[in-house]
Amino acid sequence: MATKSLSARKNSLSDPKNQLKYLENGLFADGELPRFSQKLSLQNALPLRPVAIDIFQVNVGYMCNQVCSHCHVDAGPDRKEIMTRETMQQCLDLLAKTGAHTLDLTGGAPEMNPDFEWFVEQAAKVGVKDFIVRSNLTILVANKKYHHLPEFFAKHNVHVVSSLPFYNRERTDKQRGDGVFAKSIEALKLLNAQGYGQEGSGLILDLVYNPSGAFLPGDQKALENDFKKALKEDFDIDFNELFTITNLPISRFLEYLVASDNYEDYMTALVDAFNPSAVDGVMCKNTLSVSWDGYLFDCDFNQMLDLPVAAKSRHISEVDLDELLNRNIVISQHCYGCTAGAGSSCQGSTT
Amino acid sequence: MSNTYYDPKDLRKFGKISEWNSELGDKFFDWYGAVFKEGALSAREKSLIALAVSHTVQCPYCIDAYTKDALERGISKEEMMEAVHVSGAIRGGASLVHSVQMMNKVEKLSM
Repeated sequence: MATKSLSARKNSLSDPKNQLKYLENGLFADGELPRFSQKLSLQNALPLRPVAIDIFQVNVGYMCNQVCSHCHVDAGPDRKEIMTRETMQQCLDLLAKTGAHTLDLTGGAPEMNPDFEWFVEQAAKVGVKDFIVRSNLTILVANKKYHHLPEFFAKHNVHVVSSLPFYNRERTDKQRGDGVFAKSIEALKLLNAQGYGQEGSGLILDLVYNPSGAFLPGDQKALENDFKKALKEDFDIDFNELFTITNLPISRFLEYLVASDNYEDYMTALVDAFNPSAVDGVMCKNTLSVSWDGYLFDCDFNQMLDLPVAAKSRHISEVDLDELLNRNIVISQHCYGCTAGAGSSCQGSTT
Repeated sequence: MSNTYYDPKDLRKFGKISEWNSELGDKFFDWYGAVFKEGALSAREKSLIALAVSHTVQCPYCIDAYTKDALERGISKEEMMEAVHVSGAIRGGASLVHSVQMMNKVEKLSM
């Protein structure tokens, strides 16, 4: 498994334009598969439009202590893109204006941003209903300077959403690197010790499952039951909910699909699994994504494909909320990932 | 022209078997869908049975399809291989149990 980002390896797929070539050409150009826009127009859902800004998702930087093989961010220790405190302040100002009920911090490993704790403290004062930090777990036990974070999260009533691809070592380490499973278990125990995932504590710990290969996630509830049983019996770990997330054909997961000759079959599987009723629940309809340098996107995936919002105000320093609410959402063939099967979003299945 | 009888890409075209006889094709797919629904057996159990039978009938399309289905359901490699051994045991047993016929015949023909 790669230990460097596509960017550090100077891989051609580190350029979003080359990723979009895959998504726009091939099966979709020769008509073998319909484009996402064609599918939407069949049910009069084109253009796709936002209904609100309920979820404000902030990517505070692409630096990460892990180099997961499926990462759509192409995150890793070699990525230096980090949000400044000034941009964080602009995010807080905009958050208050939007009235969003959810603030969702992601990365990279958000904890590696030097102003992360300042941002959490300030954001907690804004008083959103749901304040999420997406933690990869291993960062919490990676270095002494992060060891107090479970307690810090609990103090600010942060909703922790953590990736754990599977409830056994083999599938987890294959996707996320050797030793990741053991460290993740250690971090989950620390979170449990703070009250996370424990009944009556009010501290929410959710897990994210995404398939460790070129296949789609199975039924969310069935997998949640399997995870709960295995983690409880094997490690005495508790958590609240499991979110199943479909891997989108972007960045390192796209690299994997192409290199393993799975790209065409995977795209066909996504298109075949297109669920018309999942279109209503796509997260871009009520989410705004902000990049480390303050640009605005319909979602984190569009951010990585460098497809900014289709509006004149594309930067957090010049936001026109009315214009944003009247924009058309930018789509390409990767969007099939969010409408396959039971639907997929950062909050799991959508139907 | 392809020089093998099986092409993995043909699995994607499974639905097209209805094109030459939609009445029977549609009935088949309706029935197929109903068979795999959660019932007295769970969908997970049915998936493992399908994987084992795929090996018994040696259908490469079915093996591809139900291996993927098993991964999606979080079925472990150990469970998958045990299911295939069940298939193998029935196949092997089916040969061996016929040896009783052989033994009977030997007895009958021998002085």
